[in-house]
Amino acid sequence: MTPLDFIPVLITFAIIGGFAYFALAVTHILGPKKYSPIKQDTYECGVDYVGDSRQRFSVKFYLVAVLFVMFDLEVVFMYPWAVNFKELGMGGFIAMTIFLVILTAGLLYEWKKGALEWE
Amino acid sequence: MNEIGAFIIEKSAVGVFVFIVLLTIVAYATLGERKIAGFFQDRHGPNRAGPWGLLQVVADGVKFFMKEEFNPDRANKVLFIIAPTFTFMAAGFLMAVIPFGDRMIIGGREVLLQLADINIGILYILAIGSLGVYGIITGGWASNNKYSLMGGLRSSSQMISYEIAMGLAIVALILDHGSFSLRDIVLNQTGPIWNWSVFTHPIGFLIFLVATFAEASRVPFDLPEAENEIVAGYHTEYSAMKFGLFMFGEYVHMTLASGLIATLYFGGWSIPFVATPAEPGIFWGLLTFGVFWAKTLFFMFVFMWVRWTLPRFRYDQLMNLGWKRLIPLGLLNIFVMALILLWTGGAGMD
Repeated sequence: MTPLDFIPVLITFAIIGGFAYFALAVTHILGPKKYSPIKQDTYECGVDYVGDSRQRFSVKFYLVAVLFVMFDLEVVFMYPWAVNFKELGMGGFIAMTIFLVILTAGLLYEWKKGALEWE
Repeated sequence: MNEIGAFIIEKSAVGVFVFIVLLTIVAYATLGERKIAGFFQDRHGPNRAGPWGLLQVVADGVKFFMKEEFNPDRANKVLFIIAPTFTFMAAGFLMAVIPFGDRMIIGGREVLLQLADINIGILYILAIGSLGVYGIITGGWASNNKYSLMGGLRSSSQMISYEIAMGLAIVALILDHGSFSLRDIVLNQTGPIWNWSVFTHPIGFLIFLVATFAEASRVPFDLPEAENEIVAGYHTEYSAMKFGLFMFGEYVHMTLASGLIATLYFGGWSIPFVATPAEPGIFWGLLTFGVFWAKTLFFMFVFMWVRWTLPRFRYDQLMNLGWKRLIPLGLLNIFVMALILLWTGGAGMD
């Protein structure tokens, strides 16, 4: 495993990124361009738009985002343990069980507090 | 230096080859989806352009390029233009680590039909997979349209919820295989058919499958684009190739996610009961490549099959399934899997 092994990742980035921006550029060159103020208006089912869409939205989305950050971090903690599980044996198992119990307790607490309810 | 140059040329050739095959399959998946929809609804589907509608793909592609590009006056212009490329690239970058085939010997040089055989393949997939949210939320927000914003918000919170469940399913898989390299995981599954992880990880497979459907925003988890509630969701304001990249990105995601299911749980390119020959020639390489795509196409068919079978979830049902069912099940699955592995001493599981 050397840094050289990551060169193909960069090649992939070049192929995929190149295709995406090439497609954008080609459609920009080929497509017709006829400006009209009504056509460029924001779509709201054909009627005049009301207000701006840059307004406040439900706090639940923030809550989900915060919960995600915590749980995803905890899942990431499990990866180094999982890949070495067979070498760690009983000691690793007990340590991770304690971690899993704490994690589950946190989940149950959120559940009881109603943080997972979507109403 | 010469060795490095040859390595770069080899990997570029493999990359271009795999990308062309991938793009063809993705393009025909859009036709396949409509043909399968036609089959399920007892009608023909597209059949005007070419025999059996096979040239429909070309017609659609030309149309994407020739249509008028449209930038709403009130949109945030820079973000509006680059958002579709985020979605496409986040899906396409997954191509780098998926093992499309076994190694083969061409002209005395060993060529691996996989772009990057890195020892952190699984972490790479999780990292790149998470980036898919950015294209959707950026596109939804930059459009300055209420439907787009709602679609983008729904989509991002759905994707991040199911990502945890997907991560937990993979942890259980890693316990067994003990490696982050996707090639190692495939090699562990060679030999008899019961070596496939799906037989040792049935619960993990179900969690992974459901989470994949949610990540790819496919029915029954297509709330970001619930057309009878929020028009077209985050791509309401998009047209021409900018819409095309969103749509292509989704199909690329679906294709590579199917490939990932095949790789992690169904042996990837390996053929049950058939071992790699001592001198794998180009025939062996292409055979494994074909086997990989056969398994992948089957899972793509499952994606389309489910689309015409199940109704869409309500948003609270979606969140309940993710947080109250799949995550506790995933934690339990890890615990039970660790217990079994400890009991059997890690032997007999792979």
